[in-house]
Amino acid sequence: MVLVLTPPRLVLAALAALALSAMQPAGAAEQPDPAADAKAFRNYFVRKFPDVKLEDFVNGPYALNEDMRRQWEEKEQFPPYEFSLEMGKEMFARAFPNGRTYADCFPNQGVGIRQNYPYFDDREGKVVTLELALNRCRETNGEKPFSYLGDEMAALTAYMAFTSRGKPFDIKIPDDPRALEAYQNGKRYFYTRRGQLNFSCATCHVQNPGERMRAEVLAPALGILNAMPIYRSDWGGMGTISRRFTTCNSQIRGVPLAPQDEEYRDLEYYLSYVSNGLPISGPGARP
Amino acid sequence: MTMIQSRAQMRLSIFSLIPVLLIAGTASASAAGSETDFRAAYAAAEAAEQEAGRLRNQWTVTAAALADAKTAAGKGDFDKAISSAKEAEALAKASIFQATSEKEAWKDLEIR
Repeated sequence: MVLVLTPPRLVLAALAALALSAMQPAGAAEQPDPAADAKAFRNYFVRKFPDVKLEDFVNGPYALNEDMRRQWEEKEQFPPYEFSLEMGKEMFARAFPNGRTYADCFPNQGVGIRQNYPYFDDREGKVVTLELALNRCRETNGEKPFSYLGDEMAALTAYMAFTSRGKPFDIKIPDDPRALEAYQNGKRYFYTRRGQLNFSCATCHVQNPGERMRAEVLAPALGILNAMPIYRSDWGGMGTISRRFTTCNSQIRGVPLAPQDEEYRDLEYYLSYVSNGLPISGPGARP
Repeated sequence: MTMIQSRAQMRLSIFSLIPVLLIAGTASASAAGSETDFRAAYAAAEAAEQEAGRLRNQWTVTAAALADAKTAAGKGDFDKAISSAKEAEALAKASIFQATSEKEAWKDLEIR
């Protein structure tokens, strides 16, 4: 049916539209409110999965599927990430040729700090992730950076995550419009559909967690980064957050951005912030 | 006109279109593609793909179709090369449409 607006109706409609726009100050709808977002995000998943304890969301599909959980609990007796964890511990302790170590680049000597990454660097005006900070540390000490998708970076972040196990994510958004913009960019990236399959991150991890995509059970977005890096049986090895983001993009037939591209860093900032309060559980294992 | 009459007429018009489309298809297939046609089709596809890149929304399938077009052209199969280039252009344009519409549409998915 086509609604034909006669002139008096047209005027009324225009007046109504004007009145509505006058009720809402310009730009008000665009103003990000991270605290409100995080609350709504958490409530959504708690309502969707009322039987899952809040802190258990960090276990991804294992929190949602009893059979998979039993298999995982058995696997955890000899966790597949153990070799990577050992390698990371050794690498972390080994001094660079100049005598300095990774510990010298981080607060608290790099122990128990994973929950504070990524953070917004007010000098640079950008988000700094743990992977980026590790490579910057290497470069400062005359070393070549590691691939963000490779085993070395996964091992180092696995060790650092392990020293933070149980500590709640504590991502801060300082009172700085650039930080808020980075957060908002990350949120936009998370919800934006891309790739030939027309999927956003949210299509899988908000709309369909717990559902199967082929053999995989999709993880909820709440707490999804707390377990990183992860050993994935599908990959036959460890993977960093960078590897996870780029693989997700390829799977939906989108060309991934460069690892640690500013948009990926902002995405990590957003996703970590909305999981504030949930414990670090990395390194993790996934099917 | 009743609904049934209208549907019957629509079905008739669709069926009457089929021979026309078939003839058009045969006519275009019978005209062998030239290298010049390929170059034009490839340039159009590449331009669209660059625009998708500017919007940071390229698709892997577009790159694959462009590569297929180049391979076919290298073998002198310009019909296939043109067809792949046109496919690449269509995919690139779809990715541009996606990126443009998602500038606002992403908000519909947001948890509030």
